[in-house]
Amino acid sequence: MANFNLKINGKNHQLDVDPATPVLWVLRDHLHLVGTKYGCGIAQCGACTIHLDGVAMRSCIIPVSAVRDQAITTIEGLSEQGDHPVQQAWLEHDVPQCGYCQAGQIMSAAALLSDNTKPSDEDIDMAMHGNICRCGTYTRIKAAIKTAAKVG
Amino acid sequence: MTTLKTSIGRRSFLKSAALTGGGMMLGFSWLSSCQSKTEEEVMAMPEAWFEINAYLKIGDNGVVTIYTPNPEFGQNVRTSMPMLVAEELDVNWDKVLVEQAPYHPENFGFQFTGGSRGIMSRWEPLRMAGASAKHLLRQAAAQAWQVPLEEVTTTTGMLHHQASDRSAGYGEMASAAAKLPIPEEVTLKEVKDFRIISTSRKNVDAKSIVQGQSLFGMDYHKKGMLIAMIVHPPAFGLTLESVDDAAAKAMPGIKEIVTIKSFPDGYEKGGFDTNAFPELVAIVGNSTWEVMQAKKELKASWKPITATTETINGFRGKETKHTPAGLESTDSHKAQIAEVASKPGKIVRQDGDPQAAFENAAKVIERSYSAPYLAHNSMEPINAFAHVEGDKATIAAPIQIPGFIIPTIAAGLGIPAENIEMEMPRMGGGFGRKAYAHYVVEAALISQKVHAPVKLIYTREDDMTNGIYRPTYQATYRAALDENNNLVALHVKAGGIPESPLFANRFPAGAVANYLAEEWSIDSNITIGAYRAPRSNFMAGAEQSFLDEVAEAAGKDPIQFRLDLLKQAKDNPVGEENDYDAERYAGVLELVREKAAWGQNQGNVHRGVSAYFCHNTYAAHVLDLTIEKGKPVVQKVCCAIDCGIVVNPDAAKNMAEGAITDGIGNAFYGELTFKDGVPEKSNFDKYRMIRMGEAPKEIDVHFVQNEIAPTGMGEPPFPPIFGAVANAIFKATGERQYDQPFLGDKQVLG
Ligand code: FES
Ligand code: FES
Repeated sequence: MANFNLKINGKNHQLDVDPATPVLWVLRDHLHLVGTKYGCGIAQCGACTIHLDGVAMRSCIIPVSAVRDQAITTIEGLSEQGDHPVQQAWLEHDVPQCGYCQAGQIMSAAALLSDNTKPSDEDIDMAMHGNICRCGTYTRIKAAIKTAAKVG
Repeated sequence: MTTLKTSIGRRSFLKSAALTGGGMMLGFSWLSSCQSKTEEEVMAMPEAWFEINAYLKIGDNGVVTIYTPNPEFGQNVRTSMPMLVAEELDVNWDKVLVEQAPYHPENFGFQFTGGSRGIMSRWEPLRMAGASAKHLLRQAAAQAWQVPLEEVTTTTGMLHHQASDRSAGYGEMASAAAKLPIPEEVTLKEVKDFRIISTSRKNVDAKSIVQGQSLFGMDYHKKGMLIAMIVHPPAFGLTLESVDDAAAKAMPGIKEIVTIKSFPDGYEKGGFDTNAFPELVAIVGNSTWEVMQAKKELKASWKPITATTETINGFRGKETKHTPAGLESTDSHKAQIAEVASKPGKIVRQDGDPQAAFENAAKVIERSYSAPYLAHNSMEPINAFAHVEGDKATIAAPIQIPGFIIPTIAAGLGIPAENIEMEMPRMGGGFGRKAYAHYVVEAALISQKVHAPVKLIYTREDDMTNGIYRPTYQATYRAALDENNNLVALHVKAGGIPESPLFANRFPAGAVANYLAEEWSIDSNITIGAYRAPRSNFMAGAEQSFLDEVAEAAGKDPIQFRLDLLKQAKDNPVGEENDYDAERYAGVLELVREKAAWGQNQGNVHRGVSAYFCHNTYAAHVLDLTIEKGKPVVQKVCCAIDCGIVVNPDAAKNMAEGAITDGIGNAFYGELTFKDGVPEKSNFDKYRMIRMGEAPKEIDVHFVQNEIAPTGMGEPPFPPIFGAVANAIFKATGERQYDQPFLGDKQVLG
């Protein structure tokens, strides 16, 4: 066990955990921030996507000890009122089916749009390749990303 | 106007109150109101609620809470079911809040998700709930105003008496209405008067979902809750022999390691008690990561199972089930299938004289099709929360059909079934898998043993290797054409491990004078279960690929060929029992032909058509494919559906888009193979799922407009897409596709 000071969604959190614990489980089990989802645990599905200093990362394979002073943003902290352009576009297109993958999809999409304000279809395919949607909402996700790009 | 006897009462004691500690089920937030609102615009909370009937309560300010009875797994019934209530209640949708009803069949009838039957089965009862509440409100107003009931009318949440120019909001009359007896009969609206049904309403949970709120079983948390994980045999055909838990127990954060047995000795299983691994080791500890680490340290030895024959209390009464011993492999399955499929099967339907027709045919075409096992792979892995205290159990689990597992939980715990309280959090997908709720039994048994609330979590690997797969299937079709290229005989022989996929009375049965259907099956110890459109999910692709090939051999346009057969089935049906309406079937083909502009030159785009009827809904697809550097790219899918009245059109489109995408993914990549009983894929690094760049670039969904009572949307658009993919690939490459997956691990065709 070791002490860590994490900056999550603009707040500091102190905790004492096994340094190997992935950020995903720190968020879910220790801080009850359950928007970040477990889907595979091996960086293959994207359900656990968070931002580390603004970059989309799979939190299931990042040990808490590797975070250091990088700022963590989770779906809960993407916007204060749930009105990030990507979240709004998701509502406009009524994207979710079961909804389980959607936090990860939104975090990947938000990171894409912060780097590339006018992504092409190929850019979207590439950036979103790591996010599986078992329910098959990909066409709506793509449409929502394009809507968010127009707004953002 | 339809007048119906009501079958709803007031709520008896709502069991869920005990679970509010979890905070996720009853703790609806204003964010889940039906409209997107900014913080300032949220609805005002009423000061008092009045329960009008089991399905709804009305606040003194006119806000309505509707309890949605069935569990949600992405089919959007949490929106569409309350829409049915709100329609007949005649209320402003903006004033409706939705809450998940807990499991309570006395109040809410059969609460389930599956078979695309949700909306169909709730179509009348939920409208009745709304209509009977409206009736009571009108009665209350009539009494308050001393006017005849017939003269009290409603407009969206308001009661009126025109003659005396009086009006009141529902909230003002709710208290009086709640005290009146439930009417014995109610009158439902006519289709032309619908204002909510058949208009697109946004998913009531979308806002909570995009903000990452706690909604799913996986998110459930209760103070003092421990985390449990299971260790199951590494192969089908093995069972637990002994455990050495010393090393695992010594790991940090581990509380207990226990073994559990899912069925008491002599327990007569129900049809959904499927479970390959009823004896398990469970590791219980403080946190998921710690338990995951200990799981790696657990040493268990396994021994071969012995063959069993048991009686199961299934759908069709008592059934005998044989489970062979041994370690099965995909290779040995293939050899078994080849052998059994070459012998005569069990004849399930025969029309005319198929043998003579084949002997006298000018042309005979014979083709065989196969499909592998599939894992459901819901994005939310299996999990369940349970807290057993004495002879009471509290459960919250993502579950499709709670009623089917409650007797097993009760028997396993040795407590009365009525002492089990169950909440049904949102499921992160199910696809049939969460109808087999052995994991709930496991969570309950673990909680009982460790005397603590536990959340059982399956790792992705546990989820993918635990069984209950879509079976592997094979089908051989033969067609006889006469010298004028008319289809004069059809023979289908189909089977699978361990069940046959055949539906003998489906199209083209009824459209062909001489018809023979045979089936076979092979026992196995690899467990199977319902998977989105069971059996249809294979038969549609095989049949629609075959008909395409027959149409080609007959020199006919594939859509016209199907329409000609359907005309025959309509005008002159063969046989007594044909499970489809030929006119509605033809209707979706005609609609898709028109909407896809079939027959026009599409340049380098290759098109495949396919249609199917299952789960009471008709679906037809035209799929446009291009080949880019050998790689198939789905440009567009045009889809026509007849599911009767479409309750929530945009949500229904979302369902169709999802089913199409899911089907394309499975047609191209879906496959689970076995070696010596071991599933050869256990996570998404090996199990190929369709991803963003492989999804269709465009999906265009159309509905047949009619006033027929609605049927399901979750399954029907899924099966036919396999045929559309296969037929489009043929157009593009000249090669027919017989064995799924068409691409597998390859990137390019051929
Ligand atoms: S859970 Fe991290 S990528 Fe799947
Ligand atoms: S919405 Fe269900 S997995 Fe994406």
